[in-house]
Amino acid sequence: MADSMDFELLTPDRRLVQCAVEEVEVPGTEGDFTALPGHMPLITALRPGTLRIRTDGSESREFVLSGGYVEISASSATVLAEQAVGKAEVTRERLDAWVSDAQQGAEGKIGVEKDRADKYLNDMLALSRSSGN
Amino acid sequence: MPSLKDLRLRIESVKNTRKITKAMQMVAAAKLRKAQESAVNARPYAEGINGVVNALTASLEGSDNAPPLLKGTGSDQVQLLVAMSAERGLCGSFNSAIVKLVRIRARELIGRGKTVKIMTVGKKGREQLRREFEDSLIAHVDLSHVRTVGYGEAQAIAGEITGRFDAGEFDVATIFFSTFRSVIVQEPTALQLIPAMTSPPEDTARGAEKGSSFYEFEPGEEEILDGLLPRALTARVFAALLENAASEQGSRMTAMDSATRNAGDMIDRLTIEFNRSRQAAITKELIEIISGAEAL
Repeated sequence: MADSMDFELLTPDRRLVQCAVEEVEVPGTEGDFTALPGHMPLITALRPGTLRIRTDGSESREFVLSGGYVEISASSATVLAEQAVGKAEVTRERLDAWVSDAQQGAEGKIGVEKDRADKYLNDMLALSRSSGN
Repeated sequence: MPSLKDLRLRIESVKNTRKITKAMQMVAAAKLRKAQESAVNARPYAEGINGVVNALTASLEGSDNAPPLLKGTGSDQVQLLVAMSAERGLCGSFNSAIVKLVRIRARELIGRGKTVKIMTVGKKGREQLRREFEDSLIAHVDLSHVRTVGYGEAQAIAGEITGRFDAGEFDVATIFFSTFRSVIVQEPTALQLIPAMTSPPEDTARGAEKGSSFYEFEPGEEEILDGLLPRALTARVFAALLENAASEQGSRMTAMDSATRNAGDMIDRLTIEFNRSRQAAITKELIEIISGAEAL
């Protein structure tokens, strides 16, 4: 199976999606990237953003994540997200809740942790603006 | 010899008890199904995150700058025991089995001259541990207002644990909970949380088939681990909470089932006794009437 890979989107409560996909586009902390089948094994952290998968043909699905991790190998991609929702089910309230969590997280931090929390907050704000509906 | 009236009242009261235990058993059965379902649903995430941690650990092996959550503080002097129990009783030996395990471990550690600190989750464990280890109890998480445990509770507990670890309050943390094997078998379990690197990461089927040690990491290993470890810890706590919830309901179901049966047996016995005494009373009256008639 060279032209598809097993995709899983996992959250602490349940397995949100499990299917075969042709490509996965993830919001990495170092920049967005697309993984195709046969990708070299990679583990990377994700920032808040949109995850896009393309299943057979041109059908694609989008999910909004509050950050997480992805484990990619030649034949599979596993996304571990603490919170994830289908793009269609995203509500303003939920995004606002995520943003306020991030804001609380950024308070009272110093040094490297402060930088990290600020970056997280900025990513979250960007996500919140871009998916405003 | 109790009077007929006493017996009748007694039978009524046991019947009421049976109704209650029967109801509790059915409620526990329904809750158990739900709890089992959430435990199964939560498994993929926990396995996934453990897989990532194992891959990272494997690639960090031999390096000195692994974060303390993984490597520990290099000492095991101060031990934190996290006892997870239920908020309610009437569930057989569920709570006491966990408490017993904690107690044995605590005594053993104290015997070896270690400092023991205990954190309790759930009211019942706290009540039982307070008698012996009053001074060691440092924190308590109250779940009495929580109907079904969610990831939020796990985050709160894990946050409390990592916060205290960062503050240097302890060196090793172990959680105690009950693993759900089946409705009749629940196994009290101790799981070391911090340091997370206890045994060499097992070659799980998952890791082996993908060749876990050849991963690229972005950003660096340490940076990923910094963010990942607290999440992995939360996932473990969450899994423990779910196992515990399922075990509690399973345990309650079996306990209430046998209570219902015992109540049934008792009702049978009391009914026989009641009928005998009634018969005896009738016979006695007859004899009195007959001997009265004969005397005339």
